[in-house]
Amino acid sequence: MTTEIQSKNTQIQKYVDLLKNPEKGPKKKRALARLITFIENGGPEAAKEIIPQLYPLTGKAHIIGITGAPGSGKSTLTSEISNHYLEQGLTVSVIAVDPTSPFTGGAILGDRIRMKKNFTNPNFFIRSMANRGQLGGLAMATKDVIHIIDAYGSDIIIVETVGVGQSEIDIFKSAHTTLVITPPGLGDEIQAIKAGLMEITDIFVVNKMDRDGADKRVAELETMLDFGENIQIENDYSQAKVVRCDGWRPPVIKTNGLTGENVPILLENIHRHFIFLEETGFKKKRLQFRYKHYIIEILKYFLVKNVEEIVFSNEKINEFIEKLLAYEQGSDPYTISEAILEVFLNRYFS
Amino acid sequence: MDRKIRLIVAKPGLDGHDRGAKVISRGLRDAGFEVIYTGLHQTPEDIVQSVIQEDPDALLLSILSGAHPVLLPEIMKQLKANEIDDILVLGGGIIPEEDFPALKEVGVEAVFGPGTKIQEIADFIRANLKR
Amino acid sequence: MKILTETNTKKLDHTILAETERWIESVVKKSLQRVPERKKRFKTLSDIPIKALYNPNDIPNWDYLKDMGFPGEYPFLRGAQPTSYRARLWTMRMFAGMGTAKETNERFKYLIKNGQTGLSTAFHLPTLYGYESGSPMSAGEIGKEGVAIDTLADMEALYDGIDLGKISTSMTINAPASILLAMYIAVGEKQGVPMDKLTGTTQNDILKEYQAQKSYIYPPEPSMRLIVDTIEFCTKHVPKWNTISISGYHIREAGSTAVQELAFTLGNGLAYVEAGIARGLDVDDFAPRLSFFFNAHNNFFEEIAKYRAARRIWARHMKEVYHAKDPRSWRLRFHTQTAGVALTAQEPYNNIIRVTMQALAAVLGGTQSLHTNSFDEALALPSEEAVKIALRTQQVIAHETGVADTIDPLGGSYFVEWLTDKMEEETEAYFAKIKEFGKGSMLEGAYVGIRNNFYQREIANASYQYQKEIESKEQIQVCVNAFKVEDVSNKKPDLLKITEEVGVQQVESLAEVKRTRDATKAQACLDMIREKAQTKENLMPYILDAVKAYCSIGEIVDVFRDVFGVYREESIF
Repeated sequence: MTTEIQSKNTQIQKYVDLLKNPEKGPKKKRALARLITFIENGGPEAAKEIIPQLYPLTGKAHIIGITGAPGSGKSTLTSEISNHYLEQGLTVSVIAVDPTSPFTGGAILGDRIRMKKNFTNPNFFIRSMANRGQLGGLAMATKDVIHIIDAYGSDIIIVETVGVGQSEIDIFKSAHTTLVITPPGLGDEIQAIKAGLMEITDIFVVNKMDRDGADKRVAELETMLDFGENIQIENDYSQAKVVRCDGWRPPVIKTNGLTGENVPILLENIHRHFIFLEETGFKKKRLQFRYKHYIIEILKYFLVKNVEEIVFSNEKINEFIEKLLAYEQGSDPYTISEAILEVFLNRYFS
Repeated sequence: MDRKIRLIVAKPGLDGHDRGAKVISRGLRDAGFEVIYTGLHQTPEDIVQSVIQEDPDALLLSILSGAHPVLLPEIMKQLKANEIDDILVLGGGIIPEEDFPALKEVGVEAVFGPGTKIQEIADFIRANLKR
Repeated sequence: MKILTETNTKKLDHTILAETERWIESVVKKSLQRVPERKKRFKTLSDIPIKALYNPNDIPNWDYLKDMGFPGEYPFLRGAQPTSYRARLWTMRMFAGMGTAKETNERFKYLIKNGQTGLSTAFHLPTLYGYESGSPMSAGEIGKEGVAIDTLADMEALYDGIDLGKISTSMTINAPASILLAMYIAVGEKQGVPMDKLTGTTQNDILKEYQAQKSYIYPPEPSMRLIVDTIEFCTKHVPKWNTISISGYHIREAGSTAVQELAFTLGNGLAYVEAGIARGLDVDDFAPRLSFFFNAHNNFFEEIAKYRAARRIWARHMKEVYHAKDPRSWRLRFHTQTAGVALTAQEPYNNIIRVTMQALAAVLGGTQSLHTNSFDEALALPSEEAVKIALRTQQVIAHETGVADTIDPLGGSYFVEWLTDKMEEETEAYFAKIKEFGKGSMLEGAYVGIRNNFYQREIANASYQYQKEIESKEQIQVCVNAFKVEDVSNKKPDLLKITEEVGVQQVESLAEVKRTRDATKAQACLDMIREKAQTKENLMPYILDAVKAYCSIGEIVDVFRDVFGVYREESIF
């Protein structure tokens, strides 16, 4: 077992070294892909070996989140957006997340088909990922993967998901700019936006603008935004406060992903948003927020792991457990847990 | 829990007969695999690029046009050139038995013809992973 | 005409009803106690449940004259021709094409010598996609799934020594159909056969390519423009040409059910009719030249019911909805090919029997022409020996069994009539859906259905369902999931092999044509096509000029790719 881990770590080291090499090429791309696989399969244990080495190379990419229901045309639009950046000579990477079947645990990942135009371009990288259920730590894995791609030297990173469930919405806490795509004609979708996506959206895109109802959809969104502007968000801990920054009203843009119509306007707005974040200092605020979340997730993982290990194998814990069995005032599971937590926190923060 | 196995199902060449590839993709999804379907009309370069980026455990190639003696060795050659030797490569479609040895020679581990049960393919993949 | 809503006012025969009940209660149930039925549920491949027995109550309000009528007359249920096979047998038309034009020419001559009565040309994939043989996209594909055709020089070799004034030729070509038709016209001209004497068919059915077979090039709308160009041109200049062979074959091969094959094919047919009318053509000027192409699969009676229903549905829609006046516009004629997907690689000789049954269904369904698959096609392209057996199968059915001696021999069978009605009903339900997509238009509905992946999803679901039934043995395939033996003595057939040498030859001969042609003239023709493609003018005359100047299919298609763009399919599962 240990030799297996050792050999895995040797492999990881080989690919990390390749990735650090400033020269681009198929080998570096493969190293990127291999490292992503290690993260996908090994989770934080693998990330712990990789991220610390690559972290100094990160912080350069513009991260764009794109979400929309199946059929909204988000993959085609992602492909169009990528084209434009590639034409400017930038390096573009896409993480395309598709749902895992809750019944079989399998998934079909079909986003490459729409990226066909680009995927042999040396400046383009696309990776398909299954969300592996909502419990699979997708958001955390995605954050790790974004960091690796950032270190690889991608100017633009696009994360694309159907945006179902909290775990997928959490992904967008990693993005600088989040696009929510809503084509006309899907009746109940406005409700879905109200329910969760409204507060993380920086730009609304009404794709498939050639269809009936596109203008109506734009009007609906504008009305919703008029209404939303007056809402005071109380909870300081909420994502909304950080994302719904003063002075930025999410623009609503009509596009046609198939023909590329209006995609330049969309890109302008993405750029405008990026400048806005920089100039107003919101970028830093968001980064702080993002890393808090990242840290919370990492802490959760390692604390749980450590706590489990300690509770089950450390002799000292038995003293606390003994107290429980006395069934006395102050020896209940909550008080005891609090006491244990006290010990932990003292160890780490005092 | 077993780790997830990622597969690419690709159709090299011009033939548009994607019924088999799609049925297999669905069947393998239902058997718990993560299947990356890359669509029709893939050149060897397209396929190798997909392999580089997706880093799958196995690559399944479906051809019904008879172009396999040219396209499959070309794909294997390009994989080798990129130092990719730890993925399982399988063929499917209409490939005569007499061509199997030559394909095996270049690294196509097995060929599954018409009438193969999806379960057989799933079992074969699980038993023959290279990493 | 069968009016489907009449089922509400069914006039059932109560004596038969009571007697059936008695028979079930007192006879059948007793028998079942001793020997139960061998399946929980009997059904067709389209999942239509099948009862143990049918009687007159299953076709209530049956009106012979109205619902069935006579062969060659509205509603054509019983047959397209008044005399059917008593006057003229179906055309035995074997699909052939492999290697170079010269090799396929030899196969054509072999088939004619053995009694084949029409030609059918299979082109290799690069031709179907409009790539030159030298293109990187053509690597490994040259001459493999059909004959390699790049320029008129190849077409001349393909039909060398075959009098195009005497034989009819079918060409399986879709996206570049107008170019191949132009080449055929040019070969005829060189032989001294004027274009108004040419007979044959171009498949030219692009809708089913997006839906099922996937050899599309351009987006649907410009593809449709090219098709309507050929319809318009042929109506004026090549009046005996079947401009489109609206094909269910490939829809079925892609995994659809029989009902879907029927519904999508006829729906596409109606879409072409609308496209022709939209161009300003009179429906009766072009509709008589539309022909159909169906699959013959395993479920015997369902296939027969499908062909019969097809004729009645088409007749009704053409007459009632599109107001065609000419009975020839109402009359559906079709070619049939036995199901390639039904062939097995295991014990391939058993395929001879499968093909025989499928061919028989096509004949009993009244097909106008027939291709029987060769038993070795689950393994490779057919060998000469295998093709001969397939042709002999047709000859035995035609001349030894007597099934061709009376018209529509199964007409009037309670079961067959019920099943025919049932398929018609389900087809109408699909039509309603497609029309809803298109807000009343079948043409728009087809476009929307394609872009929404409606057809693709229906077909993919059906094929997955079928695979699951095979794996669970709900459907038996002999020697695939039942009666399997490891029999090494089973003789392996000798397979046809196309060598890579063919590719080298073809690339060389294309280079030779380009060297010897008038380069300035060829370029001028291509420039003209580019210019005219951007207008609404009919492109056929310009394509004809270009092929005569020995422009390659790849060169012409590249111009269209530039002007029209290329179509990309979205994934669907």
